[in-house]
Amino acid sequence: MQAVIKKKAIELLESGTVNRVLGWKAGEFFYDLTPAVFTTPEQIEKDFVYSVFSGANMSKYLIDESKKEGKVAAFIKPCDGYSFVQLQKEHRIVRENIYAVGLACDGMCDMREIREAGIKGVTSVEEDGETLKIGTIYGEKTMAKKDALLERCVHCKSKKVVDCDEMIGENGEENRDCGRFDEVEKLEAMSPDERFAFWRSQLSRCIRCNACREVCPACSCVKCVFDNPNSGIAQKAAASDFEENNFHIIRAFHVAGRCTDCGECSRVCPEHIPLHLLNRKFIKDMNELYGFYQAGADFESKPPVMNYTTGDAEPSIVYARGGDK
Amino acid sequence: MKKISKAKIDELFKAISAKETLYIPVDDSEGQAAFIPYAEGLKMSEDLNTVRSAKDLFFPQVESLVNFKMDGKHIEIIDAATEKKPFVIFGVRACDARSFDILDRVFYYAEPKDSFYIERRDKSTVVTLACNAPEETCFCGAFGIDPAEPAGDVSAWQDGESFFFKANTEKGEALLAGLPLEDAADDAADKVKEDIRKITAMLPLKDLDLSKFGPGKTQELFNDPAWATLSESCLGCGTCTFVCPTCQCFDIRDFDGGKEIRRYRCWDSCMYSDFTQMSAGQPRPTQKERFRQRFMHKLVYYPDMHEGLFSCVGCGRCLRKCPIHMNIVKVIKTIGEEK
Ligand code: SF4
Ligand code: SF4
Ligand code: SF4
Ligand code: SF4
Ligand code: SF4
Repeated sequence: MQAVIKKKAIELLESGTVNRVLGWKAGEFFYDLTPAVFTTPEQIEKDFVYSVFSGANMSKYLIDESKKEGKVAAFIKPCDGYSFVQLQKEHRIVRENIYAVGLACDGMCDMREIREAGIKGVTSVEEDGETLKIGTIYGEKTMAKKDALLERCVHCKSKKVVDCDEMIGENGEENRDCGRFDEVEKLEAMSPDERFAFWRSQLSRCIRCNACREVCPACSCVKCVFDNPNSGIAQKAAASDFEENNFHIIRAFHVAGRCTDCGECSRVCPEHIPLHLLNRKFIKDMNELYGFYQAGADFESKPPVMNYTTGDAEPSIVYARGGDK
Repeated sequence: MKKISKAKIDELFKAISAKETLYIPVDDSEGQAAFIPYAEGLKMSEDLNTVRSAKDLFFPQVESLVNFKMDGKHIEIIDAATEKKPFVIFGVRACDARSFDILDRVFYYAEPKDSFYIERRDKSTVVTLACNAPEETCFCGAFGIDPAEPAGDVSAWQDGESFFFKANTEKGEALLAGLPLEDAADDAADKVKEDIRKITAMLPLKDLDLSKFGPGKTQELFNDPAWATLSESCLGCGTCTFVCPTCQCFDIRDFDGGKEIRRYRCWDSCMYSDFTQMSAGQPRPTQKERFRQRFMHKLVYYPDMHEGLFSCVGCGRCLRKCPIHMNIVKVIKTIGEEK
């Protein structure tokens, strides 16, 4: 796959279709790829990497990149593609300035899963069919690829790249039975007190580094309310644990209906807080109350929270579903 | 040297915590290690290091400084400083132990002195633990730190059966004196140290070359074209600064509760758009300048002010936690290359 992608990237540059390419750049180790802009075939030959560690969703970079001079090539995995379309719908990116190459994808890996399986001092990872061959300073290890997948890939909601100029590999289909709401259901089955305790305990570990917000393609405000001293709710750090919880809940509300469930927030959280569960709860509720809705799945539909129909749920639903509190 | 069998480690923890609060690294619900107060039943984490560094115990992320209570035109000023209790922190790694020296130079020795920090430092006893299994992201060696010989008031080592302890300071001796420990030969931990050094010799970043950095390099490195490319994809999130054991910047904010105002300080990050913002504007207008600040501070400005001491200890946290995998090692290898 990598060879085909690199060839395509070079071809696009050499033919003048684009003047730069957004991609993943090799790092110190095999896993620490950094999003980067490539401008010459030599750079691509040398440093462009596409591997099971190319998880980073590049769509948000297109907000700035698509406003620069000339066209930029972007490689878009199915999950990134939903963000790509959603950002177009929000008029955040200039589509004409992008040459989008869709990528068929069978899942990206997470170093955290590998480390948590007790594999330490990792210096190389090779894909060998369904198995990962892992070199470490403590000897060679193996692990099934399916056990090293990113959470969002375990529950991959779609193999379909919604919008691209061409595909590498075969475009796939949505999968509504991907089980991504299973964990949410477990939370729903808890008593309100248990659920409260669950979230308090999870969110209490937050260091308020803002990685979740900065990486989020839906959080594309030029200035976040939490950074704006004039908003009255600016928080560089929360003054109390209540404020901390507040930040996450408000953020979930702000992205409701626009969050494509790309999974980036949970991927980057240094404290491993399952932020996706918060967003998925919103998505699940919207699906149940207003009919299935996937942000970024098309160019026409309106998010349920921005749209009124006479069939909408009444506000009293809050009491009916709000538990016994 | 003293020792205790591993089977009895709980007895040791109980003995310490009977007198003072004892912090040990424990895995949380998601398997991430953090220093928390020991309580019976807690197990020490097997992880090499904690996600947040040990500096939190001296320089917490948020701390109240003073409160103001308003009653009409009357303002009451309430000192928010609370008395700090003595505590022991167990299992600090050599890198984090060095970070205390770096922070001390800023908060303990330099004027104005930071009374909150000083009180915590004075009332703490640091027990370090040698690293039996360094990770690929560890590069403490580049800064002359030996993970087999960690500093602290007490240094500790472990092998399959026992923990070994050596006191380095009076505080450390006082701590060990009151504990249920057996005597051990002075060279009891030598085998462990030897094994550790065999591993550190294999670490991929062991030869990291810092010669391009250090005091007096500002002019040379400040306008390096690579700052623009390195910072290009930086999200400006601040994760690297918040997990870093040596980052020391804070902001002072007011929390207005209507009748009462709480003035607190909280960690700040030079990666943020409002870092050191003044009425005249932001001195570092784009991410390039902010990004440069972080690495120039660690590798040039701090050494400039502190006899060449770098303010990175090679703990590797930023290598593991940056969402886009940009980090100080990539900076060290890239900046200054073009000459
Ligand atoms: S990424 Fe994690 S630790 Fe950072 S602000 Fe978000 S939830 Fe908190
Ligand atoms: S270097 Fe990485 S961790 Fe630091 S601010 Fe930039 S993106 Fe965040
Ligand atoms: S800059 Fe990175 S490696 Fe250096 S001390 Fe800070 S977190 Fe550790
Ligand atoms: S200036 Fe930046 S790198 Fe230096 S201590 Fe402050 S936050 Fe850390
Ligand atoms: S950087 Fe060195 S001292 Fe720190 S955890 Fe790694 S091996 Fe131990």
